[in-house]
Amino acid sequence: MEKLTYSSGTMRKEAALKRRIARQEQKKRYRHLGLKRFYIALIFIFMYAPIVLLIIQSFNRSKSRGHWGGFTLKWYASLFTNAEILQAFVTTILLAVLSSLIAVILGTMACIAMDRMKKMDRQLMLGVTNIPMLNADIVTGVSFMLLFMTLRMELGFGTILLAHITFNIPYVILNVMPRYRELNPHIYEAALDLGATPARAFFKTVLPEIMPGILSGALMAFTMSLDDFIITHFTTGAGVDTLSTKIYAEVKLGIKPEMYALSAMIFVTVLVLLALVNRSQTAEARKAGD
Amino acid sequence: MNRTKHISRVLGLPYRLWAAVFIVVPLVMVIWYGLTDANGHATFANVAAIADPAHSKALLMSILLAAAATLVCLLLAYPLCMFLVETESHSNSFLTMLLIIPMWMNFLLRTYAWQSILEKTGILNTALTALGLHPLRLINTPGAIILGMVYNFLPFMVLPIYNSLEKIDPNVINAARDLGASSRQTFLKVTFPLSLPGVISGINLVFVPALTTFVITSLLGGGKILLIGNVIEQEFTLAYDWHLGSGLSLVLLIFIIISVVISTLTDKEEEA
Amino acid sequence: MTKIFAKLIGLSLVSVTALAGASILTGCGNKEDNSKALYVYNWGEYIDPEVVGDFEKETGISVVYDEFETNEVMYPKIDADPSQYDVICPSDYMIAKMAENGLLAKLDFSKMPNAKKNIGETYWKQSEDFDPGNVYSVPYCWGTVGILYNTRTMDRVPDTWDVLWDPKYDDEILMQDSVRDLFAVALKRLGYSLNSTDEQELQEAKESLIKEKPLVQAYVVDEVRDKMVGGEAKMGVIFSGEAEYTRELNPDMAYVIPKEGTNVWIDSWVITSGSRHKDAAEQWIDYMCRADVALKNFEYIYYSTPNTAAVELMDEEERNNDVLFPDLSQYDNLEAYTYLGEKMETHYFNLWKEVKSA
Repeated sequence: MEKLTYSSGTMRKEAALKRRIARQEQKKRYRHLGLKRFYIALIFIFMYAPIVLLIIQSFNRSKSRGHWGGFTLKWYASLFTNAEILQAFVTTILLAVLSSLIAVILGTMACIAMDRMKKMDRQLMLGVTNIPMLNADIVTGVSFMLLFMTLRMELGFGTILLAHITFNIPYVILNVMPRYRELNPHIYEAALDLGATPARAFFKTVLPEIMPGILSGALMAFTMSLDDFIITHFTTGAGVDTLSTKIYAEVKLGIKPEMYALSAMIFVTVLVLLALVNRSQTAEARKAGD
Repeated sequence: MNRTKHISRVLGLPYRLWAAVFIVVPLVMVIWYGLTDANGHATFANVAAIADPAHSKALLMSILLAAAATLVCLLLAYPLCMFLVETESHSNSFLTMLLIIPMWMNFLLRTYAWQSILEKTGILNTALTALGLHPLRLINTPGAIILGMVYNFLPFMVLPIYNSLEKIDPNVINAARDLGASSRQTFLKVTFPLSLPGVISGINLVFVPALTTFVITSLLGGGKILLIGNVIEQEFTLAYDWHLGSGLSLVLLIFIIISVVISTLTDKEEEA
Repeated sequence: MTKIFAKLIGLSLVSVTALAGASILTGCGNKEDNSKALYVYNWGEYIDPEVVGDFEKETGISVVYDEFETNEVMYPKIDADPSQYDVICPSDYMIAKMAENGLLAKLDFSKMPNAKKNIGETYWKQSEDFDPGNVYSVPYCWGTVGILYNTRTMDRVPDTWDVLWDPKYDDEILMQDSVRDLFAVALKRLGYSLNSTDEQELQEAKESLIKEKPLVQAYVVDEVRDKMVGGEAKMGVIFSGEAEYTRELNPDMAYVIPKEGTNVWIDSWVITSGSRHKDAAEQWIDYMCRADVALKNFEYIYYSTPNTAAVELMDEEERNNDVLFPDLSQYDNLEAYTYLGEKMETHYFNLWKEVKSA
């Protein structure tokens, strides 16, 4: 390459021109860098302004929002005696854990099965799987309500759980399927040939490979369940509240400050967890780099 | 070979049953309720009811607001994604920060917080008054609803656009520049067409939830704006008319199917 | 990014499950034993929470307490499954509707000695309008619908419904977000009955509400209270009990009944036909009728109580407060809502939708 470039004067000139253009481009890029960073920062502020406001609110002595009554930690203290909010929190977490766990099991099984189906059959199953993701939440919620009512099921924790599992499964399949299809089937077969039972072969060869997909699917499912309001709204019954339905009801009566305190705590916990994970990740990467 | 086939059938069975009972049957029930009356007779009245002035106005309003919100999302997200791809500075962790982390604060609370910012005695108007400016009417307006939609659904626009922009080979853009295209031409003839699948997917992901929302209206609309989502919700929770509610849901389903068809078509094109 | 996810999920799942597990162990996650629980469904902020606690302590019955925003939100839930709740507190016209549709259980007054003893004779008589023979309901609170206003920012006393149509108060008006309460205001302003079934009158009311809409800041129910206290609006249509409650939070609050007349209502306890804990439900109603309980409750929610025994326990000042206990004999245009039948109700609802979508 170098030989070629230096073989003729015109080419050398061209290369110099190219470099100059590239430098100009780079300059241009850096000239606007400040502006671009500013724009990114604005979007960031837009996304986080309400969150910051809610966290500030959790330290506000005054109960009414928008009016600062002095700094206090009392809502954090009274949170732990507020049985209703704690109950809603436990229900929410329990729902998220159970629904994502069951969705992971069902979804992973479905992935394995679908991989071996005939093309038509698989397309059909994937199409059906996509319905809860593509459908409007309100239609999904309403359809669940009609189903449970017609079956004369008592609305409550059970019905919400069934609904959450259903809308979680697609997220699991979405994450596990690509991993599974990348898998080398010969390893599993080799394990069988070497005398492993199918179950053992699966747990030893397949599962570790698709684990990242399972985990990210589970996290997505967990987050979706945690953040859902609309479908829960249509499938909940007497005396059962998640944080979402509780907040929706409280919006009408004035949000209890303990709710801000709880949300701030959840948010900061996740933030810290993420920062820790990130740090250990970069440390690992650095180690790998050495 | 036979054995694995057998295993796959056994493994697939639970989900097959699950999908049938909890995905297909509920949808069939919406269709059934939507096409029958209280006496169980077949009727098209529940779907045709969309032509009632109140319903058609609500639908029109929903389409207008959802379209506006989608446009704003696109205009905000596209430059953002370009800048992120260009600067390449920790884009991934930034995207996580932007899209994933806010979700850990309940979205009802986050949306509700806008009330404190927008209301008459809220933060924005207090600031305006302090600056000697006239306070604005912000809350309970169509603008507030659009803002709520943009706030909630912006991540759905950012992600697909970012993905499609990141996939573009920088050499393609360099080639265009080498051939003498201006940066505007490069953008219009190369970058934008290549990112189109992401744009369409983003539009779909924002438009459908915006069109069908009832929560944002009830949190930021002060009951003054009725969207089709609110009408359907009220038919179930207030009027107790499952048939009409289902009939109007079927109208929404039509919109959803259209959007699914569009996205499948563009996916196909991309593959080809 | 997937790797971050993978680790994050591991960490958060473990910590969160531990948290949830811990809370279950410490008891706050315990599901109450269904047989000993009582499911109560009441209006938002319509009881002193301590009263619920006291009831649980005294009777050993655990209470699952849910709140509804309007009669119309409550009804479909009960109709869909009357066994969901045991004891509910709907308003007059809704009690008539529920009784007509077989959703209520006849009460056994021998198990509720406090009810007949403590509730005033006039209220039983008034209840006959929607519950002939007093078989289904026991009065809990009563009141009127009027205008709550801010004496500091309002330049006049809004003693007529017309004020709510005055362009001078653009964006300063809060209206009720429920069908009957919204139409009652419009109908009364036009000089019609708030139970009107006359098509022309209803259309006229609808048109006037559409005309008023641009002036209205928001259609809300319980939020009127917070918005008024916070100074968001100058006037709001609300139930009488909120007057005293909001004045405690903001001394500028005042309540007035417009001269064209208004709705006078009673909210009463009823037991659902599907109730699985009827004894406990009757115990609940009887407890609510106890004079000391009614008094304690009254001093928290400030809605007028029909419990004459409780009124006797009040001090002079409270008893003579004409906001808490208005002398309604000066009005000749007060009306209670009546149940208008399924068809007319749907018609009202459709008119309401037209107003809301205008």
